[in-house]
Amino acid sequence: MDFPQDYKLLKQGAEAKIYKGTFLGRPVVVKERFRKTYRHPDLDETISKERLKAEARGILRCKALGVPAPAVYYVDPDTKCMFLEEIDGSTLKDLFTSLLASSSPDDLNQVKLLALSIGEVVGKIHAGHLIHGDLTTSNFLRHGFKTYLIDFGLSSVSTLPEDKAVDLYVLERALVSTHPGCDDLWTQILAGYSKSYTGGSKEVLNKFKEVQARGRKRTMVG
Amino acid sequence: MVVAIGLEGSANKLGVGIVKDGEVLSNCRRTYITPPGEGFLPKETAQHHRKHILPLIKEALEVAKMEPQDIDLICYTKGPGMGAPLVSVAVVARTIAQLWNKPIVGVNHCIGHIEMGRAITKCDNPTVLYVSGGNTQVIAYACNRYRIFGETIDIAVGNCLDRFARLVNLSNDPSPGYNIEQAALKGKKLLPLPYSVKGMDVSFSGILSHIEEKGRPLLKSGEYTVEDLCFSLQETVFAMLVETTERAMAHTGSQEVLLVGGVACNVRLQEMMAQMVKERGGIVYATDERYCIDNGAMIAQAGALLYASTGQPTPWDETYIRQRYRTDEVEVTWR
Ligand SMILES: Nc1ncnc2c1ncn2[C@@H]1O[C@H](COP(=O)(O)OP(=O)(O)OP(=O)(O)O)[C@@H](O)[C@H]1O
Ligand SMILES: [Fe+2]
Ligand SMILES: [Mg+2]
Repeated sequence: MDFPQDYKLLKQGAEAKIYKGTFLGRPVVVKERFRKTYRHPDLDETISKERLKAEARGILRCKALGVPAPAVYYVDPDTKCMFLEEIDGSTLKDLFTSLLASSSPDDLNQVKLLALSIGEVVGKIHAGHLIHGDLTTSNFLRHGFKTYLIDFGLSSVSTLPEDKAVDLYVLERALVSTHPGCDDLWTQILAGYSKSYTGGSKEVLNKFKEVQARGRKRTMVG
Repeated sequence: MVVAIGLEGSANKLGVGIVKDGEVLSNCRRTYITPPGEGFLPKETAQHHRKHILPLIKEALEVAKMEPQDIDLICYTKGPGMGAPLVSVAVVARTIAQLWNKPIVGVNHCIGHIEMGRAITKCDNPTVLYVSGGNTQVIAYACNRYRIFGETIDIAVGNCLDRFARLVNLSNDPSPGYNIEQAALKGKKLLPLPYSVKGMDVSFSGILSHIEEKGRPLLKSGEYTVEDLCFSLQETVFAMLVETTERAMAHTGSQEVLLVGGVACNVRLQEMMAQMVKERGGIVYATDERYCIDNGAMIAQAGALLYASTGQPTPWDETYIRQRYRTDEVEVTWR
């Protein structure tokens, strides 16, 4: 898509190009799901369309559940562009990386607090049967005292504990590979999760153990 | 200068290779091939390995123009893999280690793939896509481990291809994946299949059950040909793999991709990966079937690196096998 002059390419994520600019006088982030040439065109079109829809729906549902997420200003189905409220903050991935490099007790406390907030966010959306589908520390933004959830392209709605458990499993694995050696993070996340999802976290966490065991049990031949 | 011999037999390939300082002197292989519609089972596969391993060791020595006394190190696959075939090879490794009085090193099969790929392609710090009959992993190196960023949450991609081949009765010779690849070249019509990506993880079981259910009627009615189904399957599962690899690259900020494992010799997968990587301004590395399919040289290569860095063989009472042996369990002492 051709953007006005003042739009700047911020980064190229896996799925989309992220631009910064202004829209109706407000600072925005534009997420453009550009065509993936490696993919069969029909498949590509179906996937991009589905994800654009899923993202718009996911954000709405998330906000309705009281979890901070960027507002959607405009969606263009032809160019697969989404105009989002800009959250002026850092990803939790970057925050963890810098905080964990320090050994000051204040910084380590801050890590705990942020991890707790991740758990609370996930617990709340799961209580509302929203599955994020791509939980990684890059998909949480911290602005002021709020933790925002972004990147809902793989989100879906499900009441099944299995789907929620897989969502947690994806997060745990992303955490272990991105921030190795931080078992503490996960403990805090689970604490936040149980706290904000009082009705169902037990059942999900039992399922979660099953999903984990399945992963370890796979024999991996070849 | 260390000369290492590697013995591999974790699945239906039996391989013996000799490597000297990253240079492959020999790399011999025998594959246990089953009739169409059948997969390989542990007992028969182990029988195959037992029958062929001694002649194969001789052959590897001959090709390398070496005698047992020229070998400095015995390497064997400790796991992961099928129990009986792993044992059949480990027993031989332990025996020649004692007979020839050489140190022995147990090697993680997945690490073998990665280190062989790095040695052959000379890439330094790639994001690795390891795809084979039993494995589907997106791996990157960090803090002395090969960390698993993404993997399948049910069956491996190669397993999905093999089982599909059995469903439509394609031959297992030379491999089901190869025959799917050839048939797919003639396919045109794309059948929509479940596309299941969860973060950096993937799932293939839904695709298989979808084809089990819908495939036969579609073939019968003539709406789709077997070639169309092969084409659709490849386009879908490979797109999922390329996508999750791209996610891992974006996540780690890496610019190199290394493709390893049996499925990695698929030219269509290599093409799709190259296209994605090109658009990100990176480089993709792949090897041909000699090295991406299970082989002995890769075990020798990884074993030699481990031995060179620690100077320690695997303690004798730890030279057993492990059917489950995750890539991220191994401490990487050589990087
Ligand atoms: N509303 C927003 N405000 C501020 N920054 C944002 C916003 N949306 C996205 N970003 C930034 O852009 C990055 C990528 O966005 P997003 O995760 O939505 O795209 P993506 O292509 O799916 O990325 P990836 O696949 O790498 O996770 C985020 O990690 C964040 O740094
Ligand atoms: Fe393998
Ligand atoms: Mg993201």
